[in-house]
Order: sequence, then structure tokens, then C-alpha cells
Amino acid sequence: MSSIMQYNGAAIIAMAGKDCIAIASDKRYGIRNQTMGCQMKKIFQVGDKTFVGLTGLATDMQTLDQKFRFRSNMYRLREEREMSTEAFANMVTSLLYEHRFGPYFCEPIVAGLGGEDGKSPFLCGMDLLGAQVRTEDFMVGGDCTEALYGLCESMYRPDLGPDELFEVIAQCLLSGVDRDCLAGWGCVVHVLTPEGVTTRDLKGRMD
Amino acid sequence: MLPSSAPLHEALGLGGFNFDNTRRNQVLGAQGVAAPRVKKTGTTIVGVVYKDGVVLGADTRATEGETVCDKNCEKIHYIADNIWCCGAGTSADTEATTQLVSSQIELHRLATGKAPRTITALTMLKRKLFQYQGNISAALVLGGFDCNGPSLYTVYPHGSTDSLPYVTMGSGSLAAMAVFEAEYKDAMSVEEAKALVQAAIMSGINNDLGSGGSVDMLVINKDGNTVLRNVVRPNERKFRKAGGYSFPKGTAKVLTQTFTPLSSLPIDVTTTRSPAAMEVG
Repeated sequence: MSSIMQYNGAAIIAMAGKDCIAIASDKRYGIRNQTMGCQMKKIFQVGDKTFVGLTGLATDMQTLDQKFRFRSNMYRLREEREMSTEAFANMVTSLLYEHRFGPYFCEPIVAGLGGEDGKSPFLCGMDLLGAQVRTEDFMVGGDCTEALYGLCESMYRPDLGPDELFEVIAQCLLSGVDRDCLAGWGCVVHVLTPEGVTTRDLKGRMD
Repeated sequence: MLPSSAPLHEALGLGGFNFDNTRRNQVLGAQGVAAPRVKKTGTTIVGVVYKDGVVLGADTRATEGETVCDKNCEKIHYIADNIWCCGAGTSADTEATTQLVSSQIELHRLATGKAPRTITALTMLKRKLFQYQGNISAALVLGGFDCNGPSLYTVYPHGSTDSLPYVTMGSGSLAAMAVFEAEYKDAMSVEEAKALVQAAIMSGINNDLGSGGSVDMLVINKDGNTVLRNVVRPNERKFRKAGGYSFPKGTAKVLTQTFTPLSSLPIDVTTTRSPAAMEVG
């Protein structure tokens, strides 16, 4: 039997631009090879400037989203300020590593804006035990990472504006999920700038 | 580490590992579900003692199965200003273990008011790894300079340790050790030691599939530490399309578009729905 990480299927990409980030996911919810729905939420906004994309087992994705929301809300109440994206990523790491010997089957991708000026991109991917990979360009996750890595390596360019970044991430994701039968059925792209979030639903193949 | 705080932490359910999902995962495993891949540093890490200190070295590749998931990761971890640690094995384990020991060492330094010793860090690491009977898969090279001069150790995942003048660890350890065995001399100068470490890491990068990327080095001596990040970058991207690929605005067909200003700014949500949203298929 295949890995539990391929039970529901997902594909997520996050990319850094100039003073902006984009994070995109497919929308399929499946149980192995059967597609159950095509409106699934896989990217969650935590606070103003942080997004977390979750891939893996859907039950664990939703449990983790609740735990993340609980912890970041408690932080906001206690500290009277938003959690920075980096602090959020470290919180996710410690939560996942706490379950080192009984992990959640979930690989998160954290993307947001931070730094001194509040608009420097921050991207971070993790394995299911919470080992971080921090990058300055792009991060991919899900069950077609090989395809997504190849597309992003060739199509990504640094310092793109929000509109150009949207087109690049959209092409990477749409082409990537075409080579994955466990992901697809429409895509959603969030582009975060210091002004706000632009969310776009994409027209994609429905097969 | 304050002994009195330990029971309180336990009573509050803080700290330590959580085994809530363990049984569920075991049941899934018994049903034949393959265990997921985790990030590993199938690594070349080395250390060498020279005349006045220690030089540590590491490659920068992290893998998840056969996929390279980080081309330029940092494997030389901070323990204290005068103690550093290279990590091989499961990435999450090396990272978490060195961070934990680093914070314990800092508390120890503040409690005693003395510069931390390498042997203290070594003892903390080996006790932790022995306690978990090899289940925390961290293979480490620990180097430091303290009141007793330079020292260099290896720590194995089960908690055994070695103290040697030149050491290697990880999947590229054989390639690197071959270089050390051929070239090592006692009482080298810092330049000789750096060249030797570089050659050993390059041997791992070129001959071991689990190692790759660039060479990271770190020198520790009585004057402090010098981080030499990416001193050699032999594996830069060779070909890239000039100007890259560009997609004109509107290449991807958008069904709906929503703009939500940040909550710190005035709230005004606008939704536009294109005619394409009505199409089916």
C-alpha cells in the first residue's frame, strides 16, 4: 500500500517576489483514487501576514490548523501583538517535533511577510517532524513535488511584482498538477502584499 | 536546567514528547501503510584539531528520499560561542537536539558565570541520546575551545562518543576519512587545516550521493569563532534561460478574484466574478 501522505492528495507552491509572496494550492479532496470534492481548503491564513499551506493526511491538516489557530490566538491575547511569520514557523516546528514518535502526517509550508520593514518575504517548508527548510525563492509541497520542483527551478525569477508573480506561480501549479492524478480539480492562489491579500480561483483541468 | 521545575512541567503537560498519535500510526503501519519520508542529511561532516584550535566542515545537501529538498542548508549548529556541532542523520533530530543543548548550556553559563566547556555539551548530548536508545537519530561532530584548549568529539545516535584529532561522520564519512588518513599531520597551521577540511568535504560532495552542494567551514580558537559559509561553491547552476520565462498578464484564466486589505487597514472587500465562472468543465 502506498504512503499515507498520498491518501488524500495535495499540491502546494509558495513563492517570494519583491515585497510580496504568493502561495497556491490545488482544491481536490480525494480518498485514494476517488475524488470526493473540489473545494478543499489547504491554505490557511494565520494573522495578517502569515499563511500556512498544509499537505498530507486531511484529518491531520485540519487538526493542525486548529492547533495553530489556538496557539497564535493565545499568543495575540498574551502579547497584544501579531505573531511574526518566523515565530509562527518556529512554533509549527516545535509542535511537530513534540510528536516526533507519533507524528502528524502533514508537511506544512509557511509563507509570509516580515523583517524590519514588515515586507520582506519569508518562506519555509517542513517535513512531518518539523525540520525546516528556509529558502529565498520558492517552496513546494505535496505528492507531485518532483514535477513542481522542475517547473519552479526553470520558471521562477527573483524580484517579481505581485501580478507577474501570480502568473508564474499559476503556470507552475497548473502544469505540475496535470502530471499528478491525486491533485488538481481547480487551484487557488493568494498573493500577499503589504496592502492586503488578493485571492484568485483559477480555471484548471477537471480530470 | 532547574531540577525543581521538572515535576511542574510534567504536571502541566509541558515539554517532552507527545505520544498521542503513536498508537494510531502503529495501527496504520500494521495495515501496511508505508512510513512517510522524512528530511535527512545524508551528509559529509568532518572536524580536525590543528595547532591552536579546531576546524569543522560540512556539505550543504539535505534530502527527502532521493529528492534534494535543500541545496544549501546549514549543518554546523551553534551550541555556544566557543562550541559548535555538525549534525548528520534525521534533520529534525539534529536540529532539535543541538538547540536544546544550546539553551541548557546558556542557562548553565548564566548560573555558573563561567565560559562553557566542550565536555559539558558532550555529556548533555550523550545522556540525551543514550536515554532515547538510538531512536533520536542524530550523529554529531562536536568541536570546541575552552580552558583545556581545543577538543573534538563524535557522538553516535546511541550515545557513544569518541575523542580523536580528526573525525568524520555521515554517509560521506568514508570518502572524507580517506582524505584525512592520507593527508593528516599533527600540529597543522590554520591554513593547512582549512585546506584539509575543504578537501575532505569536497571528496564527500563528489563521491557520496547523499552529500552535495557547497562547503561550509568553521574555525574555533582562543580568539573566538569564524564562520566560513559557502567557502567553495563548486555546484552553481550551470545553465539558465537568459531573461527567464515570462507570461503576459492574463495567461492563467481567473474565475473569481477577491481583495482583502490587511485587518490593520480599513476593511473593504470587493469581489469580481468573470463570465468564465459560469462555464462548466
